Amino acid sequence: MLQNLLSPEFFNAILRATTPILFAALASSVASKSGITNMALEGIMLFSALFGVIFSAMTGSFPLGLLLTMVAGGVIGLMLAFFVLNLKTDEILAAIAINLMATGGTVLLMLAVSGDRGSSTSISNVSAPKIVIPLIDQIPFLGKILSGQNLMTYLSILAVVVMHLFLYKTPLGLKIRAVGENKNAAESVGISARKIQYIALILSGVLASMGGFFLSGGYMNMFTKDMSAGKGYIALAASAMGGDTPVGGFLVSLLFGAAQALANMMQLTDIPHELIQMVPYLTTLVGLGIYSYMGVRKRQKLAGK
Amino acid sequence: MVLQMNHIMKIYSNGVVANEDVSIELKKGEIHALLGENGAGKSTLMKVLFGIESPDEGQIVLNGQETAIKSPQDAINKGIGMVHQHFMLVPSLTVAENIILGVEPKKYGFFIHMEKAISEAEEIAKKYNFDIDVRAKVEEIPVGIKQKVEILKALYRGADILILDEPTAVLTPQETDELFVQLEKLRDSGHTIIFISHKLDEIKKICNRATIMRSGKSMGTYEVKDISTEEMSRLMVGRDVILTFDKKPSNPKEVLMRVRNLSVRNNQGVQKIEDLSFDLRGGEILGIAGVEGNGQSELIDSITGLNKSYKGSIYIKDTDIEKSSIKEIRDLKLGHIPEDRMTSGCAGNLNILENLFSNQYTNQEYSGKMLLKTKRIQERSEELIVEYLVKCKSFRQNVGMLSGGNIQKVIVAREFSTEPDIIIANQPTRGVDVGAAEFIRRRLLEFRDKGCAIILVSADLNEVFSLSDRLAVMYKGKFSGMFTDVSAVTEEELGQYMLGLKHQEVQEGVIYE
Repeated sequence: MLQNLLSPEFFNAILRATTPILFAALASSVASKSGITNMALEGIMLFSALFGVIFSAMTGSFPLGLLLTMVAGGVIGLMLAFFVLNLKTDEILAAIAINLMATGGTVLLMLAVSGDRGSSTSISNVSAPKIVIPLIDQIPFLGKILSGQNLMTYLSILAVVVMHLFLYKTPLGLKIRAVGENKNAAESVGISARKIQYIALILSGVLASMGGFFLSGGYMNMFTKDMSAGKGYIALAASAMGGDTPVGGFLVSLLFGAAQALANMMQLTDIPHELIQMVPYLTTLVGLGIYSYMGVRKRQKLAGK
Repeated sequence: MVLQMNHIMKIYSNGVVANEDVSIELKKGEIHALLGENGAGKSTLMKVLFGIESPDEGQIVLNGQETAIKSPQDAINKGIGMVHQHFMLVPSLTVAENIILGVEPKKYGFFIHMEKAISEAEEIAKKYNFDIDVRAKVEEIPVGIKQKVEILKALYRGADILILDEPTAVLTPQETDELFVQLEKLRDSGHTIIFISHKLDEIKKICNRATIMRSGKSMGTYEVKDISTEEMSRLMVGRDVILTFDKKPSNPKEVLMRVRNLSVRNNQGVQKIEDLSFDLRGGEILGIAGVEGNGQSELIDSITGLNKSYKGSIYIKDTDIEKSSIKEIRDLKLGHIPEDRMTSGCAGNLNILENLFSNQYTNQEYSGKMLLKTKRIQERSEELIVEYLVKCKSFRQNVGMLSGGNIQKVIVAREFSTEPDIIIANQPTRGVDVGAAEFIRRRLLEFRDKGCAIILVSADLNEVFSLSDRLAVMYKGKFSGMFTDVSAVTEEELGQYMLGLKHQEVQEGVIYE
């Protein structure tokens, strides 16, 4: 067991398990920075996992399939924005509606497209390719971790850098942060808070859809019912624990990815798999507990106690 | 003449006339005071100028041309900047980022040119002699500096006319002096400044001219050097109409409430009440006058149990209420008409009946062991609606749907229906129509005649003059004056006490035991 934990294969698996959580955590951070909690990440990922299969099969191409999925994710983000910003729906209730719609809607859609209720094995989708990086794959130990990952995994890490630059170095990023922190201040200098929040939620939808695409076109090579399995919610926790920053969210996502990889590996042991499947969620719960406790301590310190 | 606002009329949708035929003219390079009490219409006038509210009538002439200001952005584009009383800053961003927010300099077409932003912010700070570290985060700088950031923000956007809404309210005396030096420099460099305030000494110190407002109307514009502070205070707080009540002389009985050495700090650590002591007797109305923000709210919150962090002691009928819950305080037969009826006075989404009984649901008369006695409550609600002249379709109507005056009547009915011995009435007739106000005032007098002890806090001088048996003036957390014979006080005199120009060293009739 210990030997397995120290093997490059395990670390490789961590990065793979981190990828969907990371995309969704980035999606959560951009929405949170604009002042809206995007709890619909779960539903957007689930929809996107199915869309990814359908679109890539339809076009017969991975890049086109991914692109269409991202557009679809953006549209769901736009829908959420419309509910919350125009119709003044509670953001949590609107998200729950989208998530429930995803649970039932994906099964219905899959049945319509493939005639199957459980998984999309009959559809021949095109997954994202694995990339072997020359030279790096020659490095002992590290090479096996850093090279040979799925393209989406590399994209997710690239997205951390891009989102960091976007939020902290561009005018639009500055506006998103200003709107999320003090809407009145932003509006007093002529920024349209609604427009900014629309942009943030659409972007959030696009990022979450990339995570969803990876689930069915990389992590696995088909869509199965409810395959997002709470990763959207875990990502919400990851983003919050990372202070809603891209880099912070990345580090916490790695932790949750490790828990997922650990659970996957422990399935080879004698421990009942029901217990093992709890590991990622238990890690999230414990993580959130520690995070909240630290927050309380910090406030107490500030109050001088 | 850089700006003229002519015959501005603004009536809010709830029927409040905030500005009635108000005109104001600004000369280039002057500091112009806009003087008046809270609710006099200063803010509304400035909201009209800054494009937040659109006037119902009147015109704005900017640099000789008639213009319409549609939004704050429009105002900024036309060279008008406003420094709000509550700062419009993003705490986690730096000073420079706050200054450039919305008008960011760019590089490579996509990124913020942060070096340029910082140098531009530093440049403008230097130009106007503001000593500011533009790289500091706003959340880490003191209030005085935050205000400077707000002013720089307006200047960076090219403001020629600067509106400062009560800029000294949050500043220490030293910071105020510093601000004044800077404002004079801005004036000398050709900027025009509108200085909203009700502090006469500050206006004397820094302003060239002053426009005085009272209850939505302009009382005229004066050269500050030609008008005395007494004259200003008279114009600011004077009475328009004399209210008359055929009021019997009061017949005060035993002391029902004792406040001793009360001191309160607000959560920013500012001293709001300082060592205040007084008695309240049954059968009298103790009026408390004063410009808002001089400790009245904190005093009422402490007495009614809403604020528990005070020093000193408050006794209601010999019970020290320091550890009492609000319910326990109310059980001592204390009724409270709160200042803000929508947030703490009623539950807008509940119906009239539910609001009327929100303080009585444990009363045996209306509640059995498990369930409320619905029929009895409904009967009583109908009685109260008739008795208190609440205009409504039925007791099932939501309170939030009623007019301000009728909401206030529901609250008054609820508080008075328990037959209290002590009534705390905080701005009981604010924003209430004339008829309802009259009704509430008469009720207060009836309760006084029945032996009830009443504290009446009001910004309406008419009201405190005509109802009070004793009149205290609060200024900076203390009583600056206490008058046992209200008819002997003139409104000019009262105004001077309210604005801190006068102070009684020895006060009679504060404590009776």
